[in-house]
Amino acid sequence: MTNAMLKSAKGNKIANRQAISEVLLELAKENKDILVVTSDSRGSASLVEFGKQLPSQIVEVGIAEQNLVGVASGLAASGKKPFVASPACFLSMRSIEQIKVDVAYSNTNVKLIGISGGVSYGALGMSHHSLQDLAVTRAIPGLDVMMPADRHEAKKMIEALVEYDRPVYLRIGRNPVEDSYASENYEFHIGKAVTMKEGTDITIIASGETVRIALDSAVALQQEGIDCRVINMHTIKPLDKESILKAAEETGRIITIEEHSIYGGLGSAVAEVVSQSNPVPVRILGLPDEPAIAGKTAEVFEYYGLSIDNVRKIAIQMVGGR
Amino acid sequence: MNKIEFLKRKATEIRMELLTMIYEAGTGHTGGSLSNTDILTVLYYHIMNADPNNPKWEDRDRYVQSKGHAVESYWAILADKGFFPKEELKTFSQFNTRLIGHPNNKVPGVEMNTGALGHGLPISVGMALAAKMDGKSYRVYTLMGDGEQAEGSVWEGAMAAAHYKLDNLVAIIDRNGLQITGTTEDVMSLEPFGAKWSAFGWEVVEVDGNDIEQLVTVLENTPNVAGKPTLIVANTVKGKGISFAENVAKWHHHVPSKEEYQLAMEELSKQLEVQQ
Repeated sequence: MTNAMLKSAKGNKIANRQAISEVLLELAKENKDILVVTSDSRGSASLVEFGKQLPSQIVEVGIAEQNLVGVASGLAASGKKPFVASPACFLSMRSIEQIKVDVAYSNTNVKLIGISGGVSYGALGMSHHSLQDLAVTRAIPGLDVMMPADRHEAKKMIEALVEYDRPVYLRIGRNPVEDSYASENYEFHIGKAVTMKEGTDITIIASGETVRIALDSAVALQQEGIDCRVINMHTIKPLDKESILKAAEETGRIITIEEHSIYGGLGSAVAEVVSQSNPVPVRILGLPDEPAIAGKTAEVFEYYGLSIDNVRKIAIQMVGGR
Repeated sequence: MNKIEFLKRKATEIRMELLTMIYEAGTGHTGGSLSNTDILTVLYYHIMNADPNNPKWEDRDRYVQSKGHAVESYWAILADKGFFPKEELKTFSQFNTRLIGHPNNKVPGVEMNTGALGHGLPISVGMALAAKMDGKSYRVYTLMGDGEQAEGSVWEGAMAAAHYKLDNLVAIIDRNGLQITGTTEDVMSLEPFGAKWSAFGWEVVEVDGNDIEQLVTVLENTPNVAGKPTLIVANTVKGKGISFAENVAKWHHHVPSKEEYQLAMEELSKQLEVQQ
């Protein structure tokens, strides 16, 4: 069983990037082949301490994201385990051909960590938002795509990735997110979704920072007499189709919620599976096809309906229509 | 036969092989493969430590072909060296082959998949850096085109190689002066070319890239300066070895007709006779 926290215990101050940098430092001390590769991004990635403690295991390339990924692939081809950390908006766009060819196609063991993802840089505009990264990375053969729900999952994910000899794109946000798990005391498997809460009336599938919203929404729906299942799809590729089809079969309706464009992300991935095998109603919540409005993450989420209230309304609508 | 004579003869044989591959497949980058044949011949038959029986040997020298499209000479050489059976060259560019029109690391001896220009130097920087970290003495060689020099990522890699003092890295520019639209100077001028690389912190050496003796001398003597990566401007002739293809832009990916193929093979056979 998972140890999901159904009720939010507000107050976590540790960002996922901080959790990741701590575990990377710990692991890199024991394995000198673990490297971090940065593009003037060690501060944003919380890797300053890593650089101080292990100066020979951090490779700086300056503000040059194409070179960043090319160099990482050359390091990996020579037996290193590079973890690239660069803002998701640049890493998933400026370096995308290097990701496609040098990493995925050449099959080099590079881990790409997109930091400050989604609308983390809320007020900085579309240049700094990464709301297309899941769509583009998901379409590249040979590249896995992941998004941790909170600091506990971020840590477990990195521990798993050190032993995982495949190219991966992983996206995290900039600011601390409320915990979705009570602790790290649960089993994490790449490609295996976590059922955070069982339920029979409807399923909410979420990924990354929206897992907390999904859990809070499920609790709110309990008050309405709706028994809501919550699935944390931390691995968007390879997708856990089994858990999606099980949810379609057992709950008959699905809501997806993601910090990404409504095109090509988690919702699309779920709809692709459902529409071809068991076409139950699916509602995709995400950001619309427009430059996202400026604001803090919570404000932007609220504006676009990535909120407990909106999920609750849609769920009532969908279940009411059964 | 001394080493130089052997290499000259080998280069001519490779030209005949690659021309036959392109003619039979009905596709290929003829001009570029002919211009880089001498460079690749000197690297693979004289300079680089590579073991066809152990292509993943840890201490091997690395070769990354950044101008991936000029792949035919590369396939011909890898086959001749024994990385895969020569017979397989007949499958070049055919259905379901692994000998596609760009380097493909499913083929033994190929380090990385290339084809998108401007990728080889950053990759090579990573490999050279790894060698430094591990205290290994292998070298990394990368071959770039001159048209490719317009790619911004080349210069990102150039900065990093100098910054990390990668004197175990040798980049060779196949400076044939032509790209698909016309001369490099008309399309996007490169000159003063060597000076640009010098300004980026590289040791620059200029050589006749179709002169086996000069290539041997220069490549035997790299690095020329400790702590600096080496750039070799190899002045070559696109279409080298076939009189009517030399310096003609359309031969970038022109496939010879039957008559052209026969004439070209005659010319190359005559060169081989002289080289005997």
